[in-house]
Order: sequence, then structure tokens, then C-alpha cells
Amino acid sequence: MKTGLKITLLATASALISTSLAADTLLWSTQAKPIEETQAMREQVLAGFDGEVSFEPADEGPWQTRLTAELTAGSGSIGALGALHGDFTGVSDGLSDLSAIDVSSVAPGFVELGKLGTDTQKYIPWMQATYIMAAHRQALEYLPEGADLMALSYDELVAWAANMHEATGEPRFGFPAGPQGLKHRFFQGYLLPSFTGSMVTEFRSDAAEDAWNSFLALWEHTNPASTNFSFMQEQLIAGDAWVVFDHTARLADAFNQQPDDFVAFPAPAGPAGRGFMPVLAGVAVPVTAPDPEEAAALVRYLLEPETQIATLRATNFFPVIDLDLPDDMPASVQAAGPAISAMSGADDALPALLPVGLGSLGGQFNQVYSDTFERIVLAGQPVRAVLDDQAEALRRVIDEAAAPCWAPDAASDGPCPVN
Amino acid sequence: MPRALPYLLLLPASAFLLVFFFYPFGLVVVESMTRDGAWTTGNFTRMTDHWKFGQAVWNTIWLTAIVVPVQLVMALTMASVVQKLKTGRSALLYIFAIPLGISDLAAGLIWLAIFEQSGFLNSILHSFGIIDRPQLFLGYQSVWVIFLAVCLAEIWRATAIMMVILVAGLGLIPKEYNEAAEVFGASRWQRFTRVTLPMLRPSLQTALILRILMAFEVFAVVVALGGTTLPVLMGETFQWQFQLQDRGVAAAYAMVILGLSVAFSLIVLRLLHVPKGARV
Repeated sequence: MKTGLKITLLATASALISTSLAADTLLWSTQAKPIEETQAMREQVLAGFDGEVSFEPADEGPWQTRLTAELTAGSGSIGALGALHGDFTGVSDGLSDLSAIDVSSVAPGFVELGKLGTDTQKYIPWMQATYIMAAHRQALEYLPEGADLMALSYDELVAWAANMHEATGEPRFGFPAGPQGLKHRFFQGYLLPSFTGSMVTEFRSDAAEDAWNSFLALWEHTNPASTNFSFMQEQLIAGDAWVVFDHTARLADAFNQQPDDFVAFPAPAGPAGRGFMPVLAGVAVPVTAPDPEEAAALVRYLLEPETQIATLRATNFFPVIDLDLPDDMPASVQAAGPAISAMSGADDALPALLPVGLGSLGGQFNQVYSDTFERIVLAGQPVRAVLDDQAEALRRVIDEAAAPCWAPDAASDGPCPVN
Repeated sequence: MPRALPYLLLLPASAFLLVFFFYPFGLVVVESMTRDGAWTTGNFTRMTDHWKFGQAVWNTIWLTAIVVPVQLVMALTMASVVQKLKTGRSALLYIFAIPLGISDLAAGLIWLAIFEQSGFLNSILHSFGIIDRPQLFLGYQSVWVIFLAVCLAEIWRATAIMMVILVAGLGLIPKEYNEAAEVFGASRWQRFTRVTLPMLRPSLQTALILRILMAFEVFAVVVALGGTTLPVLMGETFQWQFQLQDRGVAAAYAMVILGLSVAFSLIVLRLLHVPKGARV
């Protein structure tokens, strides 16, 4: 740990010295912070750029502080910014309009997010990570008649799980509901948006009631040991679950160990769309950039297919554009890549973002969704009463954090309303 | 010897306690009663409003109510057996005390290895042909099994601490009382209930208080065996402090644990009260 810190300090110090000497375009980033990823970004991703770039990663705090300082001073040395969607929301006014950059290859949902609720393109989508579905090949024969694996609906998923349950006598759907499992992300980004088009505002709507009833139907055919599952790759490999939902990083082992046995596919769609939760990173150019032209060229370069693939190798974040992955990629990437691009590029795609602006209340926000699950599904309490009760808890967290709405909820002036 | 010497000798320990125990303890008390710098009961209402609070209180109390009496009987039996032995006494004492050397999390994991779906219990039942495929014992549908498993693990893990105290206590009772009772024709049982138990009261007090305090703090065993399915007070405290990052509510939970501990310690002190003149 100590040596790691020393190395980071040394790297930061040397990076600071080098940037103060050369007039390179500075890419100031909250992403690719681990030293291996930083090196790979410099040597494999940015080396191909026709110009001089200096890549400098920083934690969110220092990233924000330096940017704000430069914006306040009205002049600065940062050429381009790389960060998560949530990092950009607070500095929207300091980002220049990038509408001139061609984004036709990028999934339209992401382009819209890059506008940060304004009319201008505030940032250009750069890379993404997300949660997907995976299945054992032997589950495929139980797919309901006429269902397309790459475009499932929630009804079809339930029917599929029921078919498997009936045919094999075992509930075969697996869900990461263990203490370390990412169940709350499924409810926040997948289940609720797919039925209500919202994560927060419509939390206790009739559509939300439908969503939970649909999940209850799925739970009938879910391995009851799911309350102990955390990394679904383990259950896939052990055969305890045939169809699962989880983060790509928590499924990777299954694909890498037995590449021929498993398939990845997009999350299902509900009446309001195909809700999914991308961890979306973008690149932007601050209004104080010393050389905006060169910075825009760098942004264009980062969107090129070769650069996107190099970025995937360097950071394990997936491309935001649709492209064919080369054969020498790890099996997990080969499998997840098409599923992710099918999901983000689908006509009914409905990106639901990680919570923005909650600060230290993020844990309590997640707990609202986990509690709702435990009460409705595990404790068998009535859906309507639980939603009304938990909506109060949700409103309290949002009000305390004074967090305005984020996608897919429509922008709000004050704290995001819970209807 | 200067009169100040005893106080001087006590000073380092007292200072340590003041700085590292009473001061943080005071902070926790304040923390539980303030929010954003203002005095409030908000932390307590937020705690009691949470749907798991009632369950956590009852689970903790039930665990204590079941585990402690069972342990008391077992510890008394074990201590009497050890006391009577002529040879192999220390060997048996060591064997009984083995679980004491294991951390409570490790104890929880040992019992998890027995009860889990691919665990020892399933393998044994399967090899005897009692079940044809592994059963899920520790699932959310059968919370009582988790409860039972926690009871077993707790009894296995912490009976020895009571036994050790009681063995020491038994050793302190002068033999003459028992011999006198024997002369007057008291049976074994009469001697145990009329002589040994009353004379053992101070040790019983210590053992019970110590064990009850530990029972209210039960945590790692429950987490290992039940995750969040079986909420207990200490688990909720941990959850609010680290998962939900709300120190106020976590401090309120700590106050509840403190309150319960003090109340039950007072009850034990009162029930097992030894008059001053009757102390050995």
C-alpha cells in the first residue's frame, strides 16, 4: 500500500513537472487512475494521436478543485476533461459546446445524456461499463416460443424461467441478492425504469406496482439461495443458476473459464423501455482550454474505432460506438461486448444513470431499494403499502441531499420529487 | 510508602480509560442525541421507524434468552465434572476451552461450513441416503433454522468462558461445608442446591453478567450464518455506521445495546445478591 502511494505520488509529481514544461494538450481525467491503466492510456491509447497529449488522472476532489479554480480565474491549462457523467453535472456551465463533433456512431441515448439537460453537447460519450444478463447454453432450449434472446421482454424472461423450472424441477434463475450482491442496481436501473420510465419520481406509481409484481412472478422461479449470491459467475460455473443478472466484471470469470458454455445478452424491456444502467464516462472541453481546436481533435480521436478498442484494453471500459471486437480479446469481453452494444443501441434503450449528487447518502439511497425488495419479496408484505412507506424514506434521503433529478427522471429545479 | 503511591500506580490505567474509553463513549452519547449540531430525538425515531428495528431487538433478546440459560446449565455441569476428576483434570479443561481460542467470526464460518448448501451436514445426510440432493438450510424462508444455527454456534463457542469462571468459583468453596452436609445425611442433589449453588453466587454473577453482555453484542456469528436475513442490534449498528453512513442512528443503536446491557446486569445483580456478611 505504502509503495503504491509513493509510486502514485511520484507519478503525479513527474506528470506535473512534464506538463508545466511542455505545451501539450492536457487530458485531466478522473478515470484510468490505477497506475497500470494510466500507463496503458499514455502508451497504447494516446500515443497514436496526431499531436502531443499529456494524460493526467486525479481523484474527483482534486479534479474538481483544479477545474473550478481555472474556470473562476478565466484562464487555464486543462485542454480536455475525462470523467463520469456524474462528475460533469456540477460543472456544466464551464464546458464548451461540442455540437460540431460528429457523434452519429454513438448510441443516441448516450448523446442525449451528453447534453446534460441543455440544448448543446456538453460532453462526448467516451466509454462505458454496465450490468448485463448471462445464460448457460443449455437454458436456451427453454426460451419461450418466438422470443428473441437479444431483445427479451420481462414477460418473456418470466416465461423462460418458468419453462426451465417446470422442465428441470429446479428454479434456475439466479439473482445477486446476497449481502455483497448488486441487487439495488437492478431495481434502480433495470426493473423500475423499464416499467415506469423513472428511478425516483415514479417510485410508488401504479407502474412501479406492476414492476414489483412482475419481479415477484420471476422470483417464483428464482433459486431461493439467491439471498446468499453475490458474484453470479460463481453460480453460473457451479450450475446453481442458468440465467443470471450481474455487472460485467462479476460475470467475467464464467466466460473466461468456459467460453463455450455461456452467452451474454441484453437486459429485458418493460412497457416503458429497455432500462439499463450504464456507468458512462465522457470527454469534454472546458471553456478555458488553451487550444480548443486541438482539444476537439483529441475528442474526435478518442471516438475512433481503433482508439475505442485500445481504450477497452487499457481500462476494461467498453466502447460507446457499435463495432466488431478483434478476436484476441478475452472471452468475457467478446461475449459481453455485443450484448452491451445491443442494449445501449436498442430502439427502446432507456439509460438510467448511477445516482448523482447524493454524496455520503448513496448508501441510504441504495438501502431504500434493498429494503423494498426484502419487504415485498422476502417478507411477503403487500406491494402497495411497502411502496408508500419506502417512498417516504426515499423522499427523506433525496431531500436531505437536495439532489436534483438525474436520467431517466426529468430534470428538476429543487430536490428530485417523489410523487 | 508515600500515600500517593497507589494513586500514582493507578494513574496510567485511569488515564488510558479516560482518553480511549470514557471520552469516545461521551462522544457517542452526544452523537446519538444530535443531528447537524442540534439536539434532537431524530436519530432515535429514525431508528425505531426502520422496519427492521423491532425484529433486531426481539431477535437479540430471544437469542440471549435461549442461549444463556442453556449455557449456564451446561457450564455448571461441565464445571462440576471437571471439579470431581482426580486425573486428567487439566487435559479436559483444555479440551473444553478450545472454542475460546477461536474468534467469533471463525466460529461462525465453521458452522457455516457445516450448514451451507455444499456443507458437511448435506454431505452426511446425502451419504446416508436421507436426502437425494443438497438442501438449502440457511435460506430466507427458514429464518428459524438460521436462528437455531446461531444458537448452536454461540453455545459451542462461549460456554467455556462461563465454565472457566465457575471452575475457579468451585475451587474457592471450602470443603468443610460439603463434608458437614454429608455428615448430616444430605443427598448429592441437596448438597448441590443447598450448599454449592449458594456459595457459588459471586462466580455465577460474574459469569452471567459477562455472558449476557456478550450475548447482546452478538454479531460476527450472525453475519456469517445469516447475512442480513436475521437482523440483530449489533448488525444493524454496523449497517447504519458503515453501509448507510449515518453515525447518529448507529450511535442510537449503541445506546439501545447499552441500555439493555445495563438493565439486564442490574437484574442479575439483584437476583443473585449476596449479603455482605455472607460473602466468603
